[in-house]
Amino acid sequence: MTQTLTKYQQYETDYKSFDDSIGSGQPEWLRSMRLSAWSRFQELGFPTARRGNEPWKYTNVGPIADASLALATKPAQVTLDQIKATAPWDDSWLNMVFVDGHYVSEYSGSASGNVTVTSLAQAIANGDELVEQHLGQAPQFEEADGFVSLNTAFVRDGAVLHIKQGVTADKPVHLLFVSSGADEATVSHPRVLLVCEANSKATLIESFVGLDENVYFTNAITEISMASGAELQHYRLMQESEKSFHVGSARVQQESDSVYRSKVFERKVGLGRFDLYTNMDGEGSSCDLKGLYYTSGSQHVDNYININHQKPHSTSRLYYKGILDGKSRAVFGGTVYVQPGAIKTDSRQEDKNLVLSPDAEVDSKPALFIYADDVVCGHGATAGNIDQDTVFYMRSRGLDLEAASRQLIYGFADEIIEAVEDDGLRQYLEKLFLESLPSYKFEF
Amino acid sequence: MTQEIKNSPVLEVIDLHVSIEDKEILKGVNLTVNIGEVHAIMGPNGSGKSTLANVLAGRPEYTVTGGQVLYKGMDLLSMLPELRAREGIFLAFQYPVELPGVRTWQFLKASVDAIRQHRGEKVLSVREFDKLLDEKREIVEMDTDLVKRSVNEGFSGGEKKRNEIMQMALLDPTLALLDETDSGLDIDALRIVSEGVNKVRSDKNAFVLVTHYQRILNYITPDYVHVLVDGSIVRSGGRELALELEDKGYEWLRDQVAV
Ligand SMILES: Nc1ncnc2c1ncn2[C@@H]1O[C@H](COP(=O)(O)OP(=O)(O)OP(=O)(O)O)[C@@H](O)[C@H]1O
Ligand SMILES: [Mg+2]
Repeated sequence: MTQTLTKYQQYETDYKSFDDSIGSGQPEWLRSMRLSAWSRFQELGFPTARRGNEPWKYTNVGPIADASLALATKPAQVTLDQIKATAPWDDSWLNMVFVDGHYVSEYSGSASGNVTVTSLAQAIANGDELVEQHLGQAPQFEEADGFVSLNTAFVRDGAVLHIKQGVTADKPVHLLFVSSGADEATVSHPRVLLVCEANSKATLIESFVGLDENVYFTNAITEISMASGAELQHYRLMQESEKSFHVGSARVQQESDSVYRSKVFERKVGLGRFDLYTNMDGEGSSCDLKGLYYTSGSQHVDNYININHQKPHSTSRLYYKGILDGKSRAVFGGTVYVQPGAIKTDSRQEDKNLVLSPDAEVDSKPALFIYADDVVCGHGATAGNIDQDTVFYMRSRGLDLEAASRQLIYGFADEIIEAVEDDGLRQYLEKLFLESLPSYKFEF
Repeated sequence: MTQEIKNSPVLEVIDLHVSIEDKEILKGVNLTVNIGEVHAIMGPNGSGKSTLANVLAGRPEYTVTGGQVLYKGMDLLSMLPELRAREGIFLAFQYPVELPGVRTWQFLKASVDAIRQHRGEKVLSVREFDKLLDEKREIVEMDTDLVKRSVNEGFSGGEKKRNEIMQMALLDPTLALLDETDSGLDIDALRIVSEGVNKVRSDKNAFVLVTHYQRILNYITPDYVHVLVDGSIVRSGGRELALELEDKGYEWLRDQVAV
């Protein structure tokens, strides 16, 4: 089924007025990039769960297409206290706050120390050449879907981070995207560019946080370019409203010996999707991708991961865990490509799910495509329950079924949370995930 | 607190029949253990030793098809496994289970809390518990590092067994069932584990020790030795029976049973 164009009426109206107002002030190269992205979107529309469309097979984005979502043209009035009550926050981070997709300088820390951070709108206005060099250059943009085109068509604000050669960033950069959930249902298209020069080291935290339980849509893209020997620790949190839509992607280009570590935490969203692409285009590069999702109610969360081993001696680790409750649904698609010549590739992927309710459902489909010899690869998915021996062992120590179950579920989630190196963030996540875990009894 | 009197039975197993998946494993076991005593149970592989220990601890997959078990005069078989633990039964597993993600500290704190609450004692503060855990950890010479890790995860065979004994010391049971705790231990670990048992041993508790080797009995002197063959106890005796078994194997007993 193809989506009818009338569904995109609102986007069309918004695109015209956006291009007339903001867009007209943007440099020519950007305008034409946006324009072609817009035509691409008109061609593609939103992806459909039709046959052959593997990446979107289990996620129906019809509700996003059907929702009437107006472009958020300005940030709603929210206080910093409101934000801090919901979002992770640590004064020792370099916090950059965005409300409804717009940078809010009063709430943001000023770039100090050795990291250069600018809002994207400012960087465009400044004519920062980094933007022209890197925007839309991340891997697999050609094959990208309608969401990516839509984000590019509406490019306006977000962040530009630049870690210079050999620099170790002295503090984590926290990009906090707050959705006010104001009365009108809105859409925002934040765009982040992160350029890590050779042998630099940095930590990036991206949080997407909803302040109110309303309908809105976050359509986010993060493009990361890692030169040789660069190291990045990337945390990403989805803590949106229960009625929200969130479609995000991070696209990482890795040169030789670069180390990309990602930890994704997805707790709250209505319909959520996160795509993570790592293009391992340098010898000896490595990535370690971890994730934890906990879905309840009627939430739907889809993680799609694509690791592309292009050169010899690269290592990838993929380890996601999910806890499903209520009538929620989770989808996990992990695809690892080992291209010809990518010898000595070492790749492991695993997705484990704990399904706590008979009405919850998980589709876990790790896939491997190996076109090179001499590689070590392994993948696995497990879905199901805790076994009886485990529970008996715990009961034989005096714990009742409920206490045993609580410890097991907690332990299941904690394995990913404890890997968070930043103390402030880890404590926030412990509170967010562990303290909200359901009271449950494994029965046999 | 009631004063336990030596020689009062803590455990009475009477004509116990147990099946698993319609296969009869225990075929009429009788065993009486008095407070203050140590009983060793020996017997060939597959004879039902672990089954007996596990049924007493309340493992759910077994079906009791006949007989009775009294623990401190209570009908043990009607009690949930956690209640048995809270009432003082402890099983050291032949194959301790790994609990990925469950930290040893949190697990044991919850365990001690549950047991103390059941006894009407106050819950220990973090500091008090730390102190207690340290004490017990030292008994089995276990590394501090191990209590910070997930329960038994990535532990060596010997470390798992030591962990069982540490837990036993921590929970201070009335009746401890040790299922082949000595198997797979090197000489030093065997000594450490045995000394651990001896430290916990008192005239207020009792032990049932399942083992294949008489060498552990050099450290822990049993009051009785029983031989379990094909689901029933075919011979009981004193310490010297273990030596005799070591000498002659089980065949002579099988022959006697056949006769
Ligand atoms: N879950 C099970 N399903 C089927 N059979 C079982 C199960 N558990 C035990 N059995 C069988 O019951 C019998 C007794 O097993 P048990 O583990 O009690 O023996 P054991 O005396 O402890 O042996 P070992 O000295 O080897 O530890 C064996 O034949 C075993 O195969
Ligand atoms: Mg056994």
